[in-house]
Amino acid sequence: MSTGTITPYRAPRRTGNDGFWQLLHAEWTKFRTVRGWLIAVIIAAGLIVGVAALLPRGSNQCGSGSQSGAACLAKYPIGPGGEAVSDSYYFVRQPLAGNGTITVRVTSLTGMYSDQGGFQGGGQAPGVRSGLVPWAKAGIIITQSTKQGSAYAAMMVTGSHGVRMQYNYTSDSAGLAGAATAASPRWLRLTRSGDTITGYDSADGRRWTKVGIAHLSGLGSIVQAGLFATSPAYEQSNNPNVYSEPGGSTSPSIATGVFDHVSLKGAAAGAWTGQFVGDGGGSSDGPNGVFGKSTQPGFRHVGEQFTVTGYGDIAPEVAGDTGNDTISDHLFGVFIGLTIFLILAVLFITGEYRRGLIRTTLAASPRRGRVLAAKALVIGVVTFVLGTAAAALAVTIGLQLAHGSGIYVLPVSWLTELRVMAGVGALLALAAVFALSLGVILRRSAVAVGAAFLTIVLPYVLGASGALPREAAIWLLRVSPAAAFALEQSVPQYPQVFNQYAPPDYYPLAPWAGLAVLCAYAAGALGLALYLLRRRDA
Amino acid sequence: MSGAATTAGSELPRSAEPHRGLPPSAGAGIAGLSILRAEWTKLRTTGGTGWLLAATTALTIVISAATVAATHCPAGASCSVDTTRLSLTGIEAAQALVAVLAVLTVCTEYSTGMIRTTFTAMPRRLGVLAGKAGVLTGLVLAAAVVAVAGCLLAGRLILPADGLTAARGFPLVSLAHGPTVRAAIGAVLYLALIGLLSLGVATILRDSAVAIGAVLGLLYIVPIIAAVVGNPVWQRRLERYGPTNAGLAIEDTTGLRHLPIGPWAGLGVLAAWTAAALLIGGLLLRLRDA
Repeated sequence: MSTGTITPYRAPRRTGNDGFWQLLHAEWTKFRTVRGWLIAVIIAAGLIVGVAALLPRGSNQCGSGSQSGAACLAKYPIGPGGEAVSDSYYFVRQPLAGNGTITVRVTSLTGMYSDQGGFQGGGQAPGVRSGLVPWAKAGIIITQSTKQGSAYAAMMVTGSHGVRMQYNYTSDSAGLAGAATAASPRWLRLTRSGDTITGYDSADGRRWTKVGIAHLSGLGSIVQAGLFATSPAYEQSNNPNVYSEPGGSTSPSIATGVFDHVSLKGAAAGAWTGQFVGDGGGSSDGPNGVFGKSTQPGFRHVGEQFTVTGYGDIAPEVAGDTGNDTISDHLFGVFIGLTIFLILAVLFITGEYRRGLIRTTLAASPRRGRVLAAKALVIGVVTFVLGTAAAALAVTIGLQLAHGSGIYVLPVSWLTELRVMAGVGALLALAAVFALSLGVILRRSAVAVGAAFLTIVLPYVLGASGALPREAAIWLLRVSPAAAFALEQSVPQYPQVFNQYAPPDYYPLAPWAGLAVLCAYAAGALGLALYLLRRRDA
Repeated sequence: MSGAATTAGSELPRSAEPHRGLPPSAGAGIAGLSILRAEWTKLRTTGGTGWLLAATTALTIVISAATVAATHCPAGASCSVDTTRLSLTGIEAAQALVAVLAVLTVCTEYSTGMIRTTFTAMPRRLGVLAGKAGVLTGLVLAAAVVAVAGCLLAGRLILPADGLTAARGFPLVSLAHGPTVRAAIGAVLYLALIGLLSLGVATILRDSAVAIGAVLGLLYIVPIIAAVVGNPVWQRRLERYGPTNAGLAIEDTTGLRHLPIGPWAGLGVLAAWTAAALLIGGLLLRLRDA
């Protein structure tokens, strides 16, 4: 039996066909000719596709109303960057030709929200409270047009994030902290020069600080400049301590900004006109009289003072509590397919140990490192190709089904789609190589399969199912091999949009960082496997 | 070859009920304690058993302690944490190792052909299954008691440092608290039931890789489907009748009224799964050639 320290006998000379291609061909033949394995990989790929078809997620805008299906599909405007956006606000505007500057002083931002969910028509509904949602906004904006999804740049005060400069929906930078009050007002300024808009803020109207610069292409010679107010829906999570997307509820909110020292310099023409931009952002955040007749979107201009009230949001759309899907939602079967690929990868080597075939294999090709490399390459390429193809099918079918049942799937560029699909392939391939290495290290199938489940499957289950507290789940999805599930994320997290960012739409690591974590585990396990394979008797 | 059948009548067709060589009186002689002792010897002298049990205990405690340590309840925030359940997080990992042990108990015999020797020596196959179940349960119970005690101790020591203090409505994890005792006993029983469930599945499937894949799939895939499935009716069904979701309800000590299934009822669901697996396994064991 094994004495540990004695180097196993190796043939002194190469004997004929032991080129790497022959070895690869031999391993591929071993894999291909076990019928059960072929059936299993086809089932695994089928599950990835099938689950996308059988497990639709998200919800449509109709709720339990009479309409259903594609008629319920939300029609979000598309922003300049190609992302779905929310673009609804009350706008007090003037056309501005050419370059110019708009300056205001904000003395107050107040609001109301309902924590009862839903709407009740007529009068002020119960559950209405005074207060602001964190990203209620009021300020100044320069926009290409009043069409939804237009390019814009804006300076604003917010509910609890101080002064911000935001442009083109996805960009956000912070200015002065703190709320705007009569005692401590906030001065905001936007200057247009060609396609460049620069935002400034000030506490006193004399010393100005630059907050950010926006380069907006295709702004046109005449833009709309003015004051705005908006307030996204109030979101209540069922359990904010859990890292998953719970069935939270959203209810309407509304915000009112008070402005004075309003000045618009440049070729501005005419008087201030008020207008609600957008259609109320779908049905879910329109107040519909929830806050009573006195609090409706609109504006008052009394002397020097403007009071602007509005609701909606100027921000990218997100998945999660909103009921929107991302293509990641259709990749749920990847996790189930992964379990089968893990077992197969383990069996690819433990099967040889069990039947003693490993001795024949190593006698035929004594360079053990090459045998392991060939095995890893075969199982890796098979899972990568099948996984990528299955993910492509799952995304395509899932998209069709979601649209058919009126569930909005946030659009992403074809490059992102490609990254997600190939990412699924890479996730499965690396996990398979990791499991193969565990098989070499542990040699017994049940123990190796158990180890593979404990290291990849269990962290994902604990992290993504909401079984753990938020911090623990995030930690687990950062440091365990399950971090690579971040490759499935297709849309970015936006700090400027309040939402429960959690799996399966969002992960704590960036996609490539997640891939790197799994790579490190696979490389480490492969190294240890190589070392042990060379040292131990077969 | 059909193992047990060859000992007495090798002309029997494969599909026939295997003939048990010894008369009932001889069978009775090696029943009961002897079977238990035989199975105990087998499990005791297999290299991995001690390691697996030690690893189960250690992993449970380490994962629980790490989870508890990673939890924070910042001052001023309202946290809804079930401290007992949180302290027992490691059970989710322990069940995988218990399943591996249970699967190995059966499948190693099939992969080495030892099972034919076993059935020749002890023709009462259900007795053998019962013996395996008995020895496995004893070992799992012993490991689980240590693991659960360690988890609760870790919770008791670490939780106050997370901000989950008695002053904020999170008293120290303590066995003086009725629901915590129930959760602790339940967690031990949970692991024992998982072991028996895995034993049943392993008896049905016989191949170790397939059996462990099936068991772990059942234990880990169902909860995640329950977490993400869009249809609330199905979500509730999975949460009530999935073996892991229902069985782990025994660890809950807060918000019992809002659980999809009560603690003991949940453990009962898992027991039903276990009984079904053992029943089918026992039936197949009797009917099939070894």
